[in-house]
Amino acid sequence: MAAAILDLMQQQLVPAGGEASLSHRMLVVVVLPADLLGTVRRLKSEFGFDLFLDVTAIDWPARTPRFDVVYHFYSTTHKIRVRLKTRVPEAEPLVDSLVSLYGSANFMERECHDMYGVVFRGNPDLRPILLYEGFVGHPLRKDYPKQQEQPLVPYRT
Amino acid sequence: MTGPTVDARLKTTLPNPVRPAFERGERDDAVIVNIGPSHPATHGTIQVIAALDGEKVQRVDVHCGYLHRGFEKECEDHTWHNLIPYVDRLNYCSGLINDFAYCEAVETLMDVEITPRCRYLRTLLSEYSRIADHLTCVAASLMELGAMTAFLYLVMIRDYIYEHLADLTGARVTYTYGRIGGLARDLPAGWLKRLGEILDQYEVFVGRIHGLMDRNRIFIDRTRNVGVISTADAINWGFTGPILRSTGAAIDLRKDAPYLAYSELDFDVPVGIKGDNYDRYYVRMREMDESVYMIRQLIDLLPGGPINVDDRRCTLPEKRLVYTEIESLINHFKLIMDGPDVPAGEVYGAHEAPNGELGFYLVSTGGGTPYKFHVRSPSFVHMGGVQRLLEGYQLADIIPTFGSVNMIGGECDR
Repeated sequence: MAAAILDLMQQQLVPAGGEASLSHRMLVVVVLPADLLGTVRRLKSEFGFDLFLDVTAIDWPARTPRFDVVYHFYSTTHKIRVRLKTRVPEAEPLVDSLVSLYGSANFMERECHDMYGVVFRGNPDLRPILLYEGFVGHPLRKDYPKQQEQPLVPYRT
Repeated sequence: MTGPTVDARLKTTLPNPVRPAFERGERDDAVIVNIGPSHPATHGTIQVIAALDGEKVQRVDVHCGYLHRGFEKECEDHTWHNLIPYVDRLNYCSGLINDFAYCEAVETLMDVEITPRCRYLRTLLSEYSRIADHLTCVAASLMELGAMTAFLYLVMIRDYIYEHLADLTGARVTYTYGRIGGLARDLPAGWLKRLGEILDQYEVFVGRIHGLMDRNRIFIDRTRNVGVISTADAINWGFTGPILRSTGAAIDLRKDAPYLAYSELDFDVPVGIKGDNYDRYYVRMREMDESVYMIRQLIDLLPGGPINVDDRRCTLPEKRLVYTEIESLINHFKLIMDGPDVPAGEVYGAHEAPNGELGFYLVSTGGGTPYKFHVRSPSFVHMGGVQRLLEGYQLADIIPTFGSVNMIGGECDR
């Protein structure tokens, strides 16, 4: 059954300008940022991907557009996962938020915003979650030096 | 020595690291209280800002991140092998499961198939770790309700397990026992015999816990119908593991997408009825019984043979050869200094950790270090939905509910 739904998704889900491939037996769909919300809505309603697993980004400093935003979904009925990717530029790292579809998206989008500076349009709460108020920069970007420190309380001298 | 004196520093107001989501409650006379981040009953460093109407929690705002240590950034600067000690420290109650989930993700990228003995041993040790993790969770949440005897009984068994794992791995909590393509070492002599003894002891003591707790009026009053969540809500808020199963949904990666040797084992997936604190307690207790049942099957199934694959890309050569022939010496040197050469690609690998789905999303561009390292940690996702379990109940219910969610700071904040 899992194979049937994979075929069906490859035929029907991928919007124009998108592409689909298999990576280690997981379906990977690449879409344009504008198609993201529509594709996810169809994933959830037509293909049964009801559990939002994860969102993160990958930083490719030498590439334009610079960031990949990567989503993982799981279907509790078909017992398979799907990976959705979209590319956003450094100047405007903007994608639509999924909070209207999945409650769990809120925290995970906050983390991705913390770490990569990706802005999720429609997420009402992009306060820092793992970092603190006033933290400068996005630590998981490749141009953020690993040794850089921003102590909130000055070190004892 | 420059900088302000201690006196001056005590007088200056430090910037608040957290901006609360609300300044006032729904009603004007609501009281905002701040619980944590350092509170003895929130096992883990976490801050809960709650708006109270009397003793009733109207609204909560949960903040994590106090244990953030740049785990993912650090991993992107280490070789695939050298970062295993960091992986241990994600869920520090069941470090072995983190190791095995990570190693399996890398092995998928490298297209390495582990040996049968390694596969069964990893399954056995995963279940053994699950028992230790659930024991910690149940013991701590019972103690917070005042059940000191139950705590001591359970932690005693956990300590037997820790000591027993120390025999195998050399450490009680942070084991660094998984290796890409195998394990650090094989079982010491007599290990399985002692395992059988501990499982027998476990049954005696967990039987006493059932006797003490299951029909205990105080315990039922504090946990039944507290922190209730439905299956649909739990899925919407990303809950996995015992919390999702306590709502009645038999969703378990060990059954649904069997990895390691789970497809060859006979076991049940215990589920709850209404998804409250009592169900979460009971699901964990029953899961431990299933783990014991699985371990007993695995002891019988455990085959002989090597524990590491014979693959020079990831497995260190024998010490005897390193000392006598140049090829093995170079091989050893390259594996240690440059790390295993993982082909370019990306993978998401997930195991059913004691708290839920623990996923590793790894991106390699070839070479000895990961390009991108991301952990999908169950505790972090659960913290995003935990307000659903807290709002509408009493202030005092925050403690048992939080205990039943089993937030682990190490994997939540990374």
